[in-house]
Parts: sequence; structure tokens; C-alpha cells
Amino acid sequence: MTPVTFDLDRAWRVDPRVSMRPEPFGALLYHFGTRRLSFLKNQTVLAVVRSLADHPSARDACLASGVPEAELPAYARALATLASSKMITERTSHDSGV
Amino acid sequence: MTLASEAPAQAPGKLTDLFELGLDAPICLTWELTYACNLACVHCLSSSGRRDPRELTTDECKAVIDTLERMQVFYVNIGGGEPTVRPDFWELVDYATAHHVGVKFSTNGVRLDAAAAARLAASDYVDVQISLDGATREVNDAVRGPGSFDTALRAMGHLRDAGFKGFKLSVVMTRQNIPQIDQFKAIADSYDAQLRLTRLRPSGRGADVWNELHPLPAQQKELYEWLVAHGEQVLTGDSFFHLSAFGSALPGLNLCGAGRVVCLVDPVGDVYACPFAIHENFLAGNVRDAGGFESVWRTSPLFIDLRKPDTNSACRSCAFYDSCRGGCMAAKFFTGLPMDGPDPECVQGYGEAALAAASSAAAPRPRVDHSHRTGPSRSGPSRPRTAGEPVAVSIGRRRPPTHDCDESPLAGFVADPAEDSAGL
Repeated sequence: MTPVTFDLDRAWRVDPRVSMRPEPFGALLYHFGTRRLSFLKNQTVLAVVRSLADHPSARDACLASGVPEAELPAYARALATLASSKMITERTSHDSGV
Repeated sequence: MTLASEAPAQAPGKLTDLFELGLDAPICLTWELTYACNLACVHCLSSSGRRDPRELTTDECKAVIDTLERMQVFYVNIGGGEPTVRPDFWELVDYATAHHVGVKFSTNGVRLDAAAAARLAASDYVDVQISLDGATREVNDAVRGPGSFDTALRAMGHLRDAGFKGFKLSVVMTRQNIPQIDQFKAIADSYDAQLRLTRLRPSGRGADVWNELHPLPAQQKELYEWLVAHGEQVLTGDSFFHLSAFGSALPGLNLCGAGRVVCLVDPVGDVYACPFAIHENFLAGNVRDAGGFESVWRTSPLFIDLRKPDTNSACRSCAFYDSCRGGCMAAKFFTGLPMDGPDPECVQGYGEAALAAASSAAAPRPRVDHSHRTGPSRSGPSRPRTAGEPVAVSIGRRRPPTHDCDESPLAGFVADPAEDSAGL
């Protein structure tokens, strides 16, 4: 059910109904709309997710968080999973906080 | 816990493995706001009925919410008793959501009128579960008391009319209602509700009726197959992880979260490992203690002990241990089984053998009992049931009190498949 593709070059953000709790291993995410829990497995992906809204694309958020080019596909898969569970959504021009 | 390496290659394993060792704060917890209840369900986990004069005040409840906000607990499962009979119920719900603590509450529907339904429909941060234990009036009211079926359906009608889609219809599965499982699904669908099925526990007054109500072995298989067929359309609060030993794991977290990622706060502030374990053996502390809830969660010797990896369970040598992990702690405890042995409803049959070997007189009795004093006489908590004595209940007879917290604290919890996907 997880899509294998994720558009790194689009703008994304964390859904406003998601609460993120930092943990020693990364973070837990809880979506109040879907009532689903998810987790981030390390600090880098947490930094990426946290900064999505500050960058024009997910790719920029990854690179700014120190993700090496070679690891971008792995991060794209992780972000795809988060997108499929609606934890992150594509940002539109109407969204604030860009 | 130590900081995980930032290198994906050294990322921890599955979510279940992380949770087994416990978290610095619960993901969610069950909070029973009052022992008062208008009903008298025969299987009430918390033996509710009468309000306890020591129950937390409004200000004390708000202080608990402040703590939960600081600890970043995502949400609370509010139950009771019947939580909505507390005069400050809505005040506390509003206070929690204003402080970033989500609320899901369980109710028998008694106070859920059109105005309350409209209010609930307007919030993303409040969810509601209506308890119903029979798809027909006859089956439900035998367990939950006369009028309770109509009360629940009236409340569901108000929620539907208010446009609240996806509220939960919560059912404790019993020998009597497993044949109605498709009817429950149809009822849920017709109210735009989501069906939630949970396991009957021998806790509270449930200990008195467990022998008569718990599903028969063939019904367990039937239930398992139904759950597999319906997948994530149906919630279970992960309460049926003992059934995973039938084959493939059920959706959700197949792990006992007691004291690791969940716990119970009772109406007087006592903190127990889980809602099914209201007994001094599982009492970790009280929110009124110095240090409050946070200190209880982080430093109670009981919780620290529960977070140790299970190394000496007799079940570990079983081929299905990774599926069921020995089952439910509370179910074992209140049926007199050793904690390091099989669940009484072990689907491999080890539970029946263990029950046959155990003396029913050895089953611990819950000391906390707020059952209504009126109504047919019942064995009180101070009088232990002797071996072989029939339980003092018969289905279909009006019995004292009930409540609605038959909730796994992991209600609605759905483990995300992220762990399988990205290697991050």
C-alpha cells in the first residue's frame, strides 16, 4: 500500500493535525485526524521532517539536514510512507508558513 | 536509553522492540474520571457504580493534564465509571484539548444528547466510543442492564445526525455476541461509525462472569478469521494479540504495553500498569505523590520491572511466542495463572491445561470495588470465591453496576508500516 515514488522536488509540510514527540531514537508522530501513530527512526529524518515547511522542496530539506545525495532514495521512501499515512502533505500556495 | 546513532544503518529495529523497553512518557493512557456509573454491567473492569469521595478534584485533574502536556502524551482515553456524569466532564475535555492532549472518551451514551453530539462533531481532538455489547437488545441488556441498548443507539443517532463520522462503536466480544459480529458491523456502518472489538478480561466484576462469557475455543478461531478478513476496517486496540498465534499477526501492535507505553490513572489518582489490572500488585503510585504522575511513570519500581525484556517466560520455548508474547498479564493474574506462563485463552491450548492445573481459589480478587450496593446480592470483594463455587451471576438477570472503560489504552493505535519500508 506504500507508494514507492515520492516527489522530492515538490513542497511538503507536516499536517497541522500531527503532533511530533522527539525520542532518543528519533521521534513519534501522532495524527489526530487519522488517529495513527508513526515513528521516525533517527535524528536526521526528524530534522528533515521538521524543516519540510521551511524549504521549497523536500530535496532541499534533506540536503540542508545533511542527507548525502546517495541516501536520498532511502529518505524519499521514508517520506513516501509518511505521505501515504497523511502525516505529511503537499504544500499548496494557500498554505501558510512557507 | 541512549541516543540512537544518526546513521540509518544503525537505526533501531521494529517499533515493538523499542516499545518493549518502555518510553520516557506514555503514548497515551487510560484515565478513569469517576467510579460513578448509571449502569451496572456484569463485566465492569473497574467494578464501578458509586462515586469515590476521594476522587480527584477539578483542579487536581487539570494539574494532571498539565503534566501530560509537559510529557507530550498524545491523548488520553477517558473512561470510568461513566465519565460524562462528572459535572466538570466537558470542562476537563476542553482543558485537555486546549493543552494539546487529545481526548477519546468511552460512554454508555447516557448524557450524549444532540447538543453534546454537535459539540463533539466540531472538534478534531475529541473522539468518542459508544459501548454496546450486543447487536440486539436482548444480548446487550443481559450484560449491560435494561435500557442500555436503547440509550446507546439513541446516542449514536445524535452523533450521526450531528455529522460526526467515524466515531467508535466499541464491543467487548463474548460467547453470546460473537455470533452477532456481522450485525455489529452493519450497525456501525449504518451510523457512519467504526467498529471496535475488544477482548473480555477477567478484571473487576469481569472475574465473576468470565467463565460464562469468555469466547469458546472455536469462537476464538472464528473471531480471528473475521479480524483477518476485515483488517484495518475494524479497530481492536490491539487487544487480541493472543490470537496471533493462530497464524499471521493481526494489524497493530502485538505487544503488551502495560507500564511500557500505556498505563491507567484511576479516579482517586492511583496509577496502575493497565486498565485491566486494578489490583495492588499492579499499583505503581498516585498522581498526588510528590513528583506527581511524571515521577510515578519514570521511577516506579513496578514500571521499571515491566520494561525489562522478558527472559524467563515458560512460553518462550513455544513456536508462537513471537506472535503472542505470552498473552495478557491481567488475564493470567485474575484467573490465578502464573505470570510467566500461558494466557488463559492461549489458542494453542496451553491455557486450558494451565487453568485445569490451577486452583480457582488462588485467583486474586480485586480489592477496589465501587459496585452499587442495591440490586441482587453478589459476592463482595471481601469474600473470596471458593473453588468450584458457581459464580454469582446469570446472564439475563439484572445485576448491579457497569462501566465503559473496556478500553485498551492503545485504542485506535495503528502501527505504521514505516518500519518495513525505508530502512530509516
